[in-house]
Amino acid sequence: MPELKTWKELPIGGVIPGGATPELNKTGSWRSQRPVWDSEKCIHCLQCWLHCPDDSILIVDQKVTGIDYEHCKGCGVCAGVCPVDAIEMVPERGEG
Amino acid sequence: MKKTMTGHKAVAEAMRQIEPDVVAVYPITPQSEIAEYYAQYVADGIVHTELVPVESEHSAMSACVGAAAAGARVMTATASQGLALMIEIVYIAASMRLPIVMALANRALSGPINIHCDHSDAYLARDAGVVHIFAESAQEAYDWMIMAQRIAEHERVHLPVVVNLDGFTLTHSVQVVEPLPDEQVKEFVGEFKPMYPLLDVDNPSTWGPFAMPDYYFELKRAQAAAMEEVPAVFLEVQRAYRELSGRNYGGFFEGYRLEDAERAIVVMGSTAGTAKVVVDELRAKGEKVGLLKVWLWRPFPKEEIVKALSHVSKVAVLDRAFSFGGMGALYLDVTSAFVHQDQRPQFVNYIYGLGGRDTTTEQLAQVFGELKTAQPGELRYIGLRE
Amino acid sequence: MPSIKVLAQREEAQVRFTAGHSLCAGCAEPMIVRTVLNAIEDPVVVANATGCLEVATSRYPTSAWNVPWIHSAFENAAATIAGVEAAYKALKRIGKIKKRIRFVAFGGDGGTYDIGLQALSGALERGHDFLYVVLNNEAYMNTGVQRSSATPRCASATTSPAGKAIPGKPQDRKDLTEIVAAHHVPYVAQASVSHLIDLANKVERAMSYEGPKLINVLSTCPLGWRTRRDSAISMAKLAVDTCYWPLYEVVEGVYKVNYKPKEKLPIEEWLKPQGRFRHLFKSEDGKKLIAELQAAVDRHWEELLRKERCTQEA
Repeated sequence: MPELKTWKELPIGGVIPGGATPELNKTGSWRSQRPVWDSEKCIHCLQCWLHCPDDSILIVDQKVTGIDYEHCKGCGVCAGVCPVDAIEMVPERGEG
Repeated sequence: MKKTMTGHKAVAEAMRQIEPDVVAVYPITPQSEIAEYYAQYVADGIVHTELVPVESEHSAMSACVGAAAAGARVMTATASQGLALMIEIVYIAASMRLPIVMALANRALSGPINIHCDHSDAYLARDAGVVHIFAESAQEAYDWMIMAQRIAEHERVHLPVVVNLDGFTLTHSVQVVEPLPDEQVKEFVGEFKPMYPLLDVDNPSTWGPFAMPDYYFELKRAQAAAMEEVPAVFLEVQRAYRELSGRNYGGFFEGYRLEDAERAIVVMGSTAGTAKVVVDELRAKGEKVGLLKVWLWRPFPKEEIVKALSHVSKVAVLDRAFSFGGMGALYLDVTSAFVHQDQRPQFVNYIYGLGGRDTTTEQLAQVFGELKTAQPGELRYIGLRE
Repeated sequence: MPSIKVLAQREEAQVRFTAGHSLCAGCAEPMIVRTVLNAIEDPVVVANATGCLEVATSRYPTSAWNVPWIHSAFENAAATIAGVEAAYKALKRIGKIKKRIRFVAFGGDGGTYDIGLQALSGALERGHDFLYVVLNNEAYMNTGVQRSSATPRCASATTSPAGKAIPGKPQDRKDLTEIVAAHHVPYVAQASVSHLIDLANKVERAMSYEGPKLINVLSTCPLGWRTRRDSAISMAKLAVDTCYWPLYEVVEGVYKVNYKPKEKLPIEEWLKPQGRFRHLFKSEDGKKLIAELQAAVDRHWEELLRKERCTQEA
């Protein structure tokens, strides 16, 4: 989180203008396990993308390209819905 | 052109001329006729307003918040229990800096249930962060509704404004009102320029955030700063209205024969009218008495109040509601303004008019009389059977 | 019918709900929200009741919302969105707005079945043009898993805990979907996080109607239901496959059950993996209660099928 602002610097009425601020909350630090995506096995069915609570399955032209590790919380839902086991959950740090 | 109309008609007329985009309203005595008049304007197609006949006052203010945040000009009205029911949203509207104008037909808060006038409803919303203005008459209610719109929407303010008018006494009695022509009102209030409107879908904004202890204090301080801008804006708008209407509005309150008064009454609302009659009667007998009628109650204009009352020896501050366990709220406002002053009057607090109890000229004359010998700091009552 | 590819295309063009929120890992709510927002083509304004979704996505000065979004209080999402919609109508009427904009409210079961029911009912009756999506995780999750009127019978919640004298919530849950249907709105449906494409189809179908619409979506709360972190989809699927949470629509008064499991699983399959029902598996009394729960599920399922037959015949 960036430096705390003074009251004079705040926009009117507690409004947060300008839309979403994903860069301000990098939830990847929450993880105790991480998904590892196998691009060979992947059939780009997009089930993982559809279900990810943190919008962390990266896609381009409706094909999976990787994981947003800055935000992925390691919930494991993607691995669970993948029909071809193209995602494996591994421990984030050290041994499982 | 002078017309005769009730206080609610005067308020509804002002609303019609302002022609807000949205009115979300729920009926409650003594405000209901305001909603009814407005509903007739809508049914007759003479206003473009979207009328939202909600299922409770809480939803009335919630819909007002949604509509105002969306970017619409919004007005509403309520009283007593309705205000109490919506009060959390009133605080929220103020925190969101939404310029909602609300007519409050002052009525006693339950219990027991009572539909008549007192100021306990206004007192409930004292600290909500809204601007409070009190009207003495139907003419003033009409005028203040129009001025309120401009004060609320002023770019340095952007706060809800409550125009208080005494329930039944003002809302239901027929009085002389001289409305302005429609075009003059339209020109006076101008276009509403919303900030970060929700309907500007190309520029999304997030309204009503969750703030932790790291930000809440700063967000509230920013809100307080808006209140600090109100007095200057109030005078500015008042001056413009005075020029337009020719009516004698000048200042945060009206001083009536106050300049050389030895004894004075401070009061808000319609009782000021009665008090003016009593001041004239007593002056005719040579008594140096005067009246201070408060228009702007929040933010409280303490410096100007001190200037206006310093020379007075004895002041009775009249509160039309209890603040149980303490002195009356207006009394506290006035006396605390003097706390560090060297020259200050002796003050007595009177509670009066609760639940629609009429206050007569004899009773007010008696107050002036009692002031001569009353103990300073006393809490007394007008017209209570003791 | 928005396919998964269409939804993906839309999100690539505009990410309406982003990463960077603080909902629990594996929470079903953001899954539902993303699908709902991607299933609507037009621009959208969202009102959100107080709850997990609201709190975790709008911690000042951060936001996960790339659509205009407003939270004001707990019980008034429907009244708030009604105000936004009224403003839209008024401004459109005088030509200040020309675009077509849609209005969506999100509320939890707490903010909808309980404290928000009045505001919802009022907005439904007045016929505002909006979609209300209930994120039904069957308790007041954000404040610590207290029971709501959506909490199922026998569930252990923190204000209806399983104890030595009382085995969890004594009352059956309310049927909000039917309450909304009784308002005779054009569209009301039940959906589940386990069937997101079905949800997307329902959102699209709902939005093809003018007027009030509601979709009641079962939203697994692994924390509150005491299930595995990655169980959101599998748990909700069990709810559907046991007919505990039927997927159905009421479209202009006609019932349509969208999914009839070939093999209706016993309610035990749904109860067993959840810690909030654990106490039912520890005693003989528990067995009896499970049988009663099964009978209740069967009764409601049969009733729903009857409604379908009867409204489709007409």
